[in-house]
Amino acid sequence: MNPDIFVVIEHLRGQVSDLSYVMLAAARVLANATGGKVIAVLLGHDAESLARDFAADRVLYIEHSAFADFSPDAYQRTLENVIKEHAPRAVLFGDTTIGGDVAAWLSTRLNLPLVSACRTVSAEDGTLKFVSQICGGKMMAEGELPGPTALVMMVPGGYKPEQGRAAQAPELVSGAAPALDDLRVRVNEYIEPAVGDVDIAKEAILVSVGRGIQNQDNIELAKELAQVLGGVVSGSRPVIDQGWLPPTRLVGKSGKAVKPKLYLALGISGAPEHVEAIGNAEMIIAINTDPAAPIFNLAKFGAQVDILDLLPVLTEHVQQARGG
Amino acid sequence: MNLIVPIKMVPDLVEELVIDASGARLDPEAVRLKLNELDEHAIEQAILLKEKGAASQVIVVAPDIEGIDEVLFTAAAQGADRLIKLTGRWSYDVSNRALARVLANFIKTLRPELILTGVQAHNDLDGAVGPALAEHLGMAYVGYVSGVIIANGSARVRKEFPGGLIAEMQVQLPAVLGIQAAEKPPRYVPISKIRATMKTATIETFPAAVLETIGAPVNVHLFPPETRERATMIEGDVNAVAARLVEIFKEHGVL
Repeated sequence: MNPDIFVVIEHLRGQVSDLSYVMLAAARVLANATGGKVIAVLLGHDAESLARDFAADRVLYIEHSAFADFSPDAYQRTLENVIKEHAPRAVLFGDTTIGGDVAAWLSTRLNLPLVSACRTVSAEDGTLKFVSQICGGKMMAEGELPGPTALVMMVPGGYKPEQGRAAQAPELVSGAAPALDDLRVRVNEYIEPAVGDVDIAKEAILVSVGRGIQNQDNIELAKELAQVLGGVVSGSRPVIDQGWLPPTRLVGKSGKAVKPKLYLALGISGAPEHVEAIGNAEMIIAINTDPAAPIFNLAKFGAQVDILDLLPVLTEHVQQARGG
Repeated sequence: MNLIVPIKMVPDLVEELVIDASGARLDPEAVRLKLNELDEHAIEQAILLKEKGAASQVIVVAPDIEGIDEVLFTAAAQGADRLIKLTGRWSYDVSNRALARVLANFIKTLRPELILTGVQAHNDLDGAVGPALAEHLGMAYVGYVSGVIIANGSARVRKEFPGGLIAEMQVQLPAVLGIQAAEKPPRYVPISKIRATMKTATIETFPAAVLETIGAPVNVHLFPPETRERATMIEGDVNAVAARLVEIFKEHGVL
């Protein structure tokens, strides 16, 4: 059995994702246990230079113009060949818009076991193990990574990206891409994020609302608090999907990562997709009626009250404190 | 064109999650099931496409699990044309590998051109159903989709990338799309309309193929997340909480 651990690097428009480095760090934990190497698999077009800071023993670089953009088809076919040829002990993907299009397809195609939402990995007496975060962050699942080749989809949070960066460029080996001239999926164009009235990534105070705000009219209550605090209103995915706030105000995996001095999480449960975007907030305060809401595991202060009762009262208290 | 929407039920996270005696799964007696939220978006996106004239009918397919009849009737009240229930020895936490295999076996009899399904579910532990379904059916797959236009035998989809970036992609049909969000929020239908639909709509039942559980993780046990540094909870009524928060704001230098 090949003891090596492969990491499928995720990159778009010349940027390697932080999660790729997190995966390299996780791969090292596994490779230390198997005695294998960490191999970064980079599918790219004129993209060798992206590999210069990978904490990997080797980079398998596969060049093709089809990799100028992300194409699910091109990744699936190429990685199918790579896994068949090398049969490594594990292959790590992101549990993301890239890995999500590829890993479960490969698992079905090659009849290999797959674990998703994986946060950390470990080894115990030669058995490789995973811990995944499921049920919106309310439950953890631990289990074994079965052989011969386990496919793993990773979420951020278990390792720091710095752990996957190296000062020296690793050895680079070129691989060949299969024929990719009849792709069924192609990128027409990129649509840049809308430039909103505010950039929530740069705001010092965010009054952020989740499902607990219940309806569009109640957004006004959050705006009033944001106004007296000198901050702006942002929201989690359900609020944006309902159209109660514009997409420019989305905090989370598909939206913005934020780093305010104060993040007020109001009626936000703290699903992993949201939590990964607020890790750099200086202080998080969470208000939620559900005592089991995962947001309380991240917040410095919390209160278990209804935000609709609290918001007008808090706005009034802040106004009084400001002498108004 | 037939739009197929495979859906699945998941535990309602509003309820307390209880681990059963085996430690390997949530106690089936204690979970309350609801439709996977992203599948609701897939149903809505399919109905929107039909309303735009891009499809002739919307067919919703589900494993026969407790509570599914009401979910299917709700889909009919929203605008779905055919409701299909696959009967068999299902449990709500069947692995997605097994579910995809069964769904693929049935869906191929419907001559599918476009399949829309939620891009993930919160209890997925072996990836999502969509890409596995696409592989079984030999179709293209794109996930994290939040907008679909059908024209000239292909789909133009909006795929989400981090930071609010969207890639507009051209996808040859037939295809499977993993839906992150419909173009509009799933429509609300009053309970009276759902009740009326129950009297007129029919749920077709077909036996599911035998479940094979290859590919799922092994020796799994569940545990609640560690709470190393849980928030300091502020006690009292909203007035007490508001007063304490103002103190904290001042101490933290934001007021």
